[in-house]
Amino acid sequence: MSKVNVAILGSGNIGTDLLYKLKRSEVLEPRWMVGVDPASEGLARARALGLETTDRGVEGLLPAVEIDGIAIAFDATSAYVHAQNAAPLTARGVRIVDLTPAALGPLVVPPVNLDEHLGTGATNVNMVTCGGQATIPIVYAVSRVQSVRFGEIVATVASKSAGPGTRRNIDEFTRTTAHAIEALGGARQGKAIIIINPAEPPLIMRDTVHCLTDAPPDRDRITRSIAAMIAEVQRYVPGYRLVNGPVFDGDRVSVYLEVEGLGDYLPKYAGNLDIMTAAAVRTAETWARQVQRLPAAAAGGGLSP
Amino acid sequence: MTKILVHDMTLRDGMHPKRHQMTLDQMRTVAQGLDAAGVPLIEVTHGDGLGGSSVNYGFPAHPDEEYLGAVIPLMRRAKVSALLLPGIGTVDHLRMAHDLGVHTIRVATHCTEADVAEQHICLSRKLGLDTVGFLMMAHMASPERLVREARLMESYGAHCVYVTDSAGHMLPADVTARISALRDALQPDTEIGFHGHHNLAMGVANSVAAVEAGARRIDAAAAGLGAGAGNTPMEVLVAVCARMGIETGVDLFRISDVAEDLVVPMMDHPIRIDRDSLILGYAGVYSSFLLFAKRAEAKYGIPAREILLELGRRGMVGGQEDMIEDAALTLARVRGAA
Repeated sequence: MSKVNVAILGSGNIGTDLLYKLKRSEVLEPRWMVGVDPASEGLARARALGLETTDRGVEGLLPAVEIDGIAIAFDATSAYVHAQNAAPLTARGVRIVDLTPAALGPLVVPPVNLDEHLGTGATNVNMVTCGGQATIPIVYAVSRVQSVRFGEIVATVASKSAGPGTRRNIDEFTRTTAHAIEALGGARQGKAIIIINPAEPPLIMRDTVHCLTDAPPDRDRITRSIAAMIAEVQRYVPGYRLVNGPVFDGDRVSVYLEVEGLGDYLPKYAGNLDIMTAAAVRTAETWARQVQRLPAAAAGGGLSP
Repeated sequence: MTKILVHDMTLRDGMHPKRHQMTLDQMRTVAQGLDAAGVPLIEVTHGDGLGGSSVNYGFPAHPDEEYLGAVIPLMRRAKVSALLLPGIGTVDHLRMAHDLGVHTIRVATHCTEADVAEQHICLSRKLGLDTVGFLMMAHMASPERLVREARLMESYGAHCVYVTDSAGHMLPADVTARISALRDALQPDTEIGFHGHHNLAMGVANSVAAVEAGARRIDAAAAGLGAGAGNTPMEVLVAVCARMGIETGVDLFRISDVAEDLVVPMMDHPIRIDRDSLILGYAGVYSSFLLFAKRAEAKYGIPAREILLELGRRGMVGGQEDMIEDAALTLARVRGAA
């Protein structure tokens, strides 16, 4: 079966890591990488791997959408640029997986709510934050067993894996993640904390999830639910691991995780970046499999919105 | 005569040994005592700053809004400050503190990560607040690295940059090297501050070294009420400064009465260098980890000082309280298997 053609907007670290993952995909074919700097190393690397590139931003991609049948675009630029990228692509029937903090479309954490959005025909989905991708599955794993009045996560990332965008907009991380802990994770109130640790050699991403339940926690069911969820996340992030817990202490359930990346382009300690790109690819692959089940004509020139 | 500004920590760093459970009355009474003693600036918030209320750091008896709202209107001369750690609190908390009338915002980051403070320092300046950058765990960065980070904070608009000895690990020579480097590198009108912990009994000596190297803001707490073995004891600092001809504007008898009559009776445990807080200073570990490590010892049977040493070995920084239970569980598992 023919693969679904995709484009990557953004030729930085995230865009390049996406490219490496997409080259392995059985259902997605990376065709274009979009940048803004003719001298970009990322664009040169993409060309060497056989992709078409443009340094004229989304404008440079638009003519190719129809010619090359680009059905899905990954946006790894910035929240500001995403706002400009989204409309012309959506108008041409391209579905967007947004890795920026723009969050114009619904938030998606694959094992929690991807199925839900497949049916709704959402054309632009947002990947929340790295800490959200790593922790919200666990909040959800507890809240699907019993009600959670307070969900809190602590994400610790290596200093070298926190780029200038994250640093300048650290409040975006805490706000968006806290919101998603409620909206997707199912906690009545959410709190998110991010710590940047400069240790050398760099520490693998750590994530801690604390849930406070309304009734005393049902230990067996919660433990089973969390184990099942971890296995689910490991299908696309093999280095997603339980380090300790679940700890049950009164109404508190705490889970201590680490996320090691695949080391495709980004170093292995940068599990925070890997889980974002892996979740984005998983989302797009799920979309693509839907397309492949449609008649060939409908899959030819992009997805119908 | 050298004049310094002493900045009181009793009602913020002192929240750590109180597990953030101070009552509004205790806040009001101590703040009024400090005000009457001539302390010019008093910090009030959760121990981990605005927005610190959490499972990870502890839920306080009252939200920051209530503490700030209780203290600020009662101050006759003293001003009130609030601490903010980006990653824990946000600009929304900063605006709330501004609306309640705080005079100073202190934006705290790990000593090598100043660039996460840009939006908060910029906003604080824009709101017209006295704005301080607070470089925590400063023993973990060389003087040269600290200068780079301090320059960033200065460039965002900080009026003052602190060398913060969160672990109480520094010795006077370490303080001298860092404060001198900052004093040489920053604009003459940018102030330098020092925040000490008493884990190696160096709180006062380090503060004196800081003043001699050019620091003009010094943090201290009545009776030393603060994380670990406490902060630099304010009443001792005031007496030492008086002997050295350094002007603090604080009345020695009144501040020692605040310490003795109000703060010591509030203590849940004596603030002293016990075997665990000593290890904080010795191994360079964040002082507010102390009570968490003691609780983990009680629950998992691993001595607190061994947990603290492990956290130091792993390079944990401020705010990583979650890693205390994690480290205790891992140590317990390894020993159980051995």
